[in-house]
Amino acid sequence: MKVELQVNGARRAVEVEPRMTLVDCLREKLDLNGVHTGCEHGICGACTVLIDGEPARACLIFAVQADGYAITTVESLAPAPGELGVIQDAFCETHGMQCGFCTSGMLLVAHALLKRNPEPTREEIVEAISGNICRCTGYGQIVEAIALAARRLAGSNVGVEPMP
Amino acid sequence: MKAAPFDYVRPASVEEACACLAADPDAAIIAGGQTLVPMMAMRLARPSRLVDIARIDALHGIRQESGAIVIGAATRQATAGASATIAARLPLLAAALPYVGHAATRARGTVGGSVANADPAAEIPLVLTTLRGSIVLRELAAARTVAVDDFFLGPMVTATPTGACITEIHFPVWQGARIGVGFQEISARRSDFALVAAAAQIALDADGRCTACALAIGGASAVPQRHDAATDALVGSRLSDDAIIEVARAAAGAIDLMSSPHASDGYHRRAAATLGARALMQARDDAMRRSGALS
Repeated sequence: MKVELQVNGARRAVEVEPRMTLVDCLREKLDLNGVHTGCEHGICGACTVLIDGEPARACLIFAVQADGYAITTVESLAPAPGELGVIQDAFCETHGMQCGFCTSGMLLVAHALLKRNPEPTREEIVEAISGNICRCTGYGQIVEAIALAARRLAGSNVGVEPMP
Repeated sequence: MKAAPFDYVRPASVEEACACLAADPDAAIIAGGQTLVPMMAMRLARPSRLVDIARIDALHGIRQESGAIVIGAATRQATAGASATIAARLPLLAAALPYVGHAATRARGTVGGSVANADPAAEIPLVLTTLRGSIVLRELAAARTVAVDDFFLGPMVTATPTGACITEIHFPVWQGARIGVGFQEISARRSDFALVAAAAQIALDADGRCTACALAIGGASAVPQRHDAATDALVGSRLSDDAIIEVARAAAGAIDLMSSPHASDGYHRRAAATLGARALMQARDDAMRRSGALS
């Protein structure tokens, strides 16, 4: 079936079998390998993308269901090739990642949170990432990273980097 | 972990969706897909065709009717959770929604989907049972309403016939002055399935006496169970802690337990008694704080 997605601001038409999930479509048809295939049944959060701006599991939606929707992946978070966004920088500085498998999902959840709520409490950060599993960090540094990014964004005049 | 092949159709209306279902007994409805897609990935479900109802306008929306809030089946859980109408008029559902999956699944998952799926641990069916709600089914040209007590038949089994589509869910709004709600749940980790969940709603008169009381417990039995026989003892009382603990213990004893690999029968009853009492006390204290009707 033919499906048209708005991926990171660009219109992308793809031909998919109905049974192809959105995560497989993004990785295999559109070479967006920043979205990770983890448990494939909605538990781990590694495949988190933003659908119309809200975090959602790309393994729990078939690509055909997403026809016409705006999909944001981690690839859109860097302001330019070779650079990192404010949230990504904060994850590096606080060691908010180790193996990196959960990181793209965590970054997108953080991005959506800070866009909606620029000054989250620690509890709000914990709640926001509660659907994403990290087996390396113990979460402490991830919470720290998001809090650091929030402070930096509050101190700058750019806000959360614009989404395409 | 990939779904078996299937056909996909996206009908424009409920009538068309029902016609698609009638034409193929192995077709399945998909709305948010937050339960069906993983079931398909694990090949626990192998529908021949998915009938996607997520974009049918008539299945969306939250409206007030006399004595009830009516929620369209394809209304997303996140939409319901952000609704000022639900927060004001249906506080028990508002209290339960944060426990439904997590934010990323509530963004796609629907109110009707949770009801259709009938997971014994699911929060929306528990609230519907507590409030004695009803479900509107559409089958080709015929629509009918089923009371919640006749709807949930077993784990993942409902009275929805093959080929029917849930169109809306009616949640009764209690009339009267001071109404309070309580919702309590325990799970192995945040956003995981409830081992036990308890929902309570209480109405008080101006004097602080209980005029109505409902308690339902889910997770421990095949379907959520409302415990009217136990809570009737509280009507007319001032809801002392001791009386509530007694009633919650009676309710927990009346649960038709479903054995589970995750917790023992004894644990289920103890947790049900504790969470039932907490939910009732939370509802009482909430009602005490309110001076007027749900508005």
